[in-house]
Amino acid sequence: MATLEIKDLHVSVKTDDDAKEILRGVNLTVNSGETHAIMGPNGSGKSTLAYAIAGHPKYEVTSGSVLLDGEELLELEVDERARAGLFLAMQYPVEVPGVSMSNFLRTAATAARGEAPQVRHWVKEVKQAMADLDIDPSFAERSVNEGFSGGEKKRHEILQLDLLKPKFAVLDETDSGLDVDALRVVSEGVNRYTANKDKGVLLITHYTRILKHITPDFVHVFAGGRVVESGGAELATQLEEEGYVRFTGAKESAAV
Amino acid sequence: MAAPLDTTPAQHGLTDHSHGGPVIPQSSRGERFTSYEVDAFEVPGGREEDWRFTPLKRLRGLHDGSATATGSFAVAVDSGVAGVTVETVGRDDERLGAAGVPADRIAAQAWSSFTEATVVTVAADTRPEGPVHVTVTGPGQGTTAYGHVQVRAERFADAVVVLDYRGAGTVADNVEFVVGESARLSVVTVHDWDADAVHVGAQHSAVGRDATLRHLSVTLGGDLVRVSSTVNYRERGGDAELLGLYFADAGQHLEHRLLVDHSVPNCRSNVLYKGALQGEGAHTVWIGDVLIQAAAEGTETFELNRNLILTDGARADSVPNLEIETGEIEGAGHASATGRFDDEQLFYLQARGIPEDVARRLVVRGFFGEILQKITVPEVRERLEAAIDAELAAVGA
Repeated sequence: MATLEIKDLHVSVKTDDDAKEILRGVNLTVNSGETHAIMGPNGSGKSTLAYAIAGHPKYEVTSGSVLLDGEELLELEVDERARAGLFLAMQYPVEVPGVSMSNFLRTAATAARGEAPQVRHWVKEVKQAMADLDIDPSFAERSVNEGFSGGEKKRHEILQLDLLKPKFAVLDETDSGLDVDALRVVSEGVNRYTANKDKGVLLITHYTRILKHITPDFVHVFAGGRVVESGGAELATQLEEEGYVRFTGAKESAAV
Repeated sequence: MAAPLDTTPAQHGLTDHSHGGPVIPQSSRGERFTSYEVDAFEVPGGREEDWRFTPLKRLRGLHDGSATATGSFAVAVDSGVAGVTVETVGRDDERLGAAGVPADRIAAQAWSSFTEATVVTVAADTRPEGPVHVTVTGPGQGTTAYGHVQVRAERFADAVVVLDYRGAGTVADNVEFVVGESARLSVVTVHDWDADAVHVGAQHSAVGRDATLRHLSVTLGGDLVRVSSTVNYRERGGDAELLGLYFADAGQHLEHRLLVDHSVPNCRSNVLYKGALQGEGAHTVWIGDVLIQAAAEGTETFELNRNLILTDGARADSVPNLEIETGEIEGAGHASATGRFDDEQLFYLQARGIPEDVARRLVVRGFFGEILQKITVPEVRERLEAAIDAELAAVGA
């Protein structure tokens, strides 16, 4: 079993003149086999948490710690964190012109597995994974994310999750911009990833609709840069009815 | 004198630039002055349109007559290739000049200074097996040489020529490509000079009736390399594809100036130049002039320049010009874009476990991919891929 521990994490975002503190002491432990939903209003720092864990250079960790099986992730480069078993499904996946999806996937798999996958098995594996996510095979020869619709980008994030099989996945607003069908397909992909109960998921979302497809074991309310309340799946239901007003003082719906 | 042009701003900055409408220079590129006589051109002062991007001080006197020939322009050509004749000829050979006339002072200096020229002829109706290698070696550090090369593809010939520049020294030359009726000539010019070399070259291409010229210009090495390429069409049906790939490191000045002169009807041109820059003082210049003269109905042309700036301190100038004198054309367009290496791309790839050096290589190879794909000579493609990787390894630390 693996554990991802976030301890008293403080993070600032670098701006031109100074730094602004976004995360103010986040504590959270995710074990493999668990799905944790982090819900919160816009601007509460949910995405900052995701990017800071992954090591985006825009964010500066001022104190705290993120441990994966006891190893300090914050001391590792972005690619080293990924190879340690951390995956971030991004809200806005980046376009990389001129690099084909198939080349990219193979390069990433080679890095994750420590050796190049055997061609014959790999081709089959990719084909199956793409079919599972209703991705047309022609995407393999297209440039990474270039000209993809929002839904296509999200499917490809989950495709990578499926192929790279990291220990922990942070899904940042993976549900945003998805229509009903795409939401179902993407959720099924996440559920396949967790089916063996040996993976941990940190599911970041503003709305409850993805939680109808992916059942969280824990729900955390995020506000003002920290976790302000934790509970089970029933907390999401409560948020759907009441919104975030109790935590922010402002009226903001969590329902779709 | 070369006529001044109204051009777009020198630095295109970091945003995309692409617009459909033509940029009309104040004075036509077609009226450009040409002469074999050095003194017909004034010594450039640096403010002229032709010279404003070029650091004249680094030309070692090529532009002002002070660089006398002190070394040799050594040309070696594969011998014994069936259908290919290699000749060393004197200045009086009447074939010389068939593809064009010097249009700037250094080209005229090279014209009046060379002592012998190399003429490579691919016989009519022949298709030599494999590429013909023409290797030019510089005169060596501290010496200057002038040269002249002419490559002729006679009617219905089909050939690939690799023109390879290497070595050290200061060099100016004229190179002619004469493509006969219905011939196909593919040329790869590789400027792989030693770090201290200075090379100012003028390339003149004459494309015959229904003939095809494919030219790829690769510029990697040298302190200063400036190549001016002019394409002329002799009759209808000519097709020219001009590709370029350059990689400038700290302190290097790499300049490519193109003029495609559509003077006859029903010809095509396609220009695609891509460059990467890294390091303090790396400077690239790309000037793309396309002229569609009044008689050139049915012309189809497109030109594109893209630059990828990998580090701070590098500068790419890119000036596309399209001048159209007839509306009866198939199509015409141009675009130019200069962008920075995108840290978000790097983060994305690294977040998938790909190490930084591998990620950079992926992105830069991807950037050059559409040009590399078009190289039909495998050895040239592999050499370029290796060269690009080596460039990246140098800065990857």
